[in-house]
Amino acid sequence: MSVLVLAEHDNASLKDATLNAVTAALAIDSDVHVLVAGHNCGDAAAAAQAVDGVSKVLVSDAEQYAHPLAEAITPLLLSLEANYSAFVAPATTTGKNVMPRLAALLDVAQVSDIISVESPDTFKRPIYAGNAIQTVQSSDAKKVITVRTTGFAPAGSGGSAELVNVDAQAGSDNSSFVSAELSKSDRPELTSAKIIVSGGRGMGSGENFALIEAVADKLGAGVGASRAAVDAGFVPNDYQVGQTGKIVAPDLYIAVGISGAIQHLAGMKDSKIIVAINKDEDAPIFQIADYGLVADLFDVLPELDKAL
Amino acid sequence: MKIIVPVKRVIDFNVKARVKADGSGVELQNVKMSMNPFDEIAVEEAIRLKEAGGVDEIIIVSIGPNQAQETIRTALAMGGDRGILVETGETVEPISVAKIIKAIVEEEKPELVILGKQAIDDDCNQTGQMLAALLNWPQGTFASEVKVADGSVNVTREIDGGLETVKLTLPAVVTTDLRLNEPRYASLPNIMKAKRKEIITKSTDDYGVDITPRLTQLKVEEPAKRTAGVKVENVAELLEKLKGEGVLS
Ligand SMILES: Cc1cc2nc3c(=O)[nH]c(=O)nc-3n(C[C@H](O)[C@H](O)[C@H](O)COP(=O)(O)OP(=O)(O)OC[C@H]3O[C@@H](n4cnc5c(N)ncnc54)[C@H](O)[C@@H]3O)c2cc1C
Ligand SMILES: Nc1ncnc2c1ncn2[C@@H]1O[C@H](COP(=O)(O)O)[C@@H](O)[C@H]1O
Repeated sequence: MSVLVLAEHDNASLKDATLNAVTAALAIDSDVHVLVAGHNCGDAAAAAQAVDGVSKVLVSDAEQYAHPLAEAITPLLLSLEANYSAFVAPATTTGKNVMPRLAALLDVAQVSDIISVESPDTFKRPIYAGNAIQTVQSSDAKKVITVRTTGFAPAGSGGSAELVNVDAQAGSDNSSFVSAELSKSDRPELTSAKIIVSGGRGMGSGENFALIEAVADKLGAGVGASRAAVDAGFVPNDYQVGQTGKIVAPDLYIAVGISGAIQHLAGMKDSKIIVAINKDEDAPIFQIADYGLVADLFDVLPELDKAL
Repeated sequence: MKIIVPVKRVIDFNVKARVKADGSGVELQNVKMSMNPFDEIAVEEAIRLKEAGGVDEIIIVSIGPNQAQETIRTALAMGGDRGILVETGETVEPISVAKIIKAIVEEEKPELVILGKQAIDDDCNQTGQMLAALLNWPQGTFASEVKVADGSVNVTREIDGGLETVKLTLPAVVTTDLRLNEPRYASLPNIMKAKRKEIITKSTDDYGVDITPRLTQLKVEEPAKRTAGVKVENVAELLEKLKGEGVLS
């Protein structure tokens, strides 16, 4: 039977995380379909049709899917249940919100955050903030899976999947969308950026993040942060990298004024090259950094900006 | 109204988990155990709602070994009113935890269940959503603000792109994110008082829930190790190295 991937999108475009989830789905079964549930989501659906390896794109275009509320999307997934042996979503905040709801209604144990597919029923996933990797085999007839995007290469483009409309399903009316405050940025998204510059508590203030942004812009990089920097109100919550924030694995990760707590490392230690800039030579971040610079960030960042 | 807060006993967040040499799991002998940090936040939120008025009772629930009593006791010392321990030996998967909590919800009839968004041992991030599904209740996950009004609750959620607010009709499930609040420390008098608060012990059979795991753990291994690289003297040397690596042009 086939695998259904729940697309992550904003109606106008497909989010990159969907591409990693498709790669994981293809490792489970060769027949992969993508579900685009949205409102006025034709462009997102067209983008999904072009993803390599996808044979069918199911579209459900209805007002109740304008925002991906779990209470609305779960009945739609359930209505398609008979045709699929596995349901896959990227481990984004949407995927994490929706998929366990589906799993419970199918009475299956979800496998969260997989980083590899060993066989159609066996997966690897990090536990304990990535300090251990567990291999688990699922005995459930249907699998419900979320995918850690850094574990899988993005699927390419050049596909031409068939487009099929599916009926919207009535959801419960006990939850509704009120408002959203989305950060607007022209910088690359953290989860797909090739280079990330992150700041920690050492930045001292939100204003000082301008130093990071200047360097990031020269590098075409995304900007991230530690939890301490987010808690202190320097930057919005969606900048947070770590066990409970975003998981990233860019080619280059530059940690500035970040000590290197286990929970922060959990979100970035699979980056290809890690650079640490910290004035404390004993900071734990240096134990995993490929290149360490023991110096004051207020000297280093302006210098970097000038040199680039 | 009543609030139920499920709390899990996990390895302390400051301890770096070590994989057992035989690959059978993570070393938990002689390791400091604590309440899951997100659950402390859940307990704190329930107490704040009670302090604001309108909440009669906070029931703390834990599913786990006998020592999970201590975890419940900690939550009672913070301000919970009474506890239920569902004693189990083996690991209980989120789907089974959700079924047990559902059975307790049906007995106790709370209007709000506040859970952590994720247990920091299994990192599953499932139980709250599963519970909401089984009860057919709405869910406000990854909450950074919870505002209860007449018959409903507005939950501001931390999502990948920023923040989102949803309105849920009560009864509802909420799961906590880190910035919802800063949990209090229990005062000595409250720790003493908590010793007299009731904790009842139950078994999974009492709730008729089959907790046989669906996932078989085949092995647990250490992640690929990263080793410390080199220290560079200055920005010029750093840039030269990065160009050498091909990550900067
Ligand atoms: C359940 C749980 C989940 C968590 N999840 C996350 C998570 O997802 N992500 C995360 O990041 N954290 C997370 N944390 C928090 C984590 O434990 C640390 O508290 C946090 O990562 C510390 O952030 P920091 O390194 O910026 O701050 P600090 O540890 O305070 O480090 C600041 C660093 O800046 C350096 N510094 C200061 N001034 C300068 C200067 N002028 N020049 C150069 N260097 C300077 C200092 O030497 C120090 O090393 C979590 C914690 C818990 C309990
Ligand atoms: N064994 C348990 N006992 C009580 N609460 C639990 C248990 N397991 C999970 N929970 C609750 O569910 C949340 C999410 O856990 P998880 O889905 O395992 O990541 C936790 O933060 C707890 O609030």
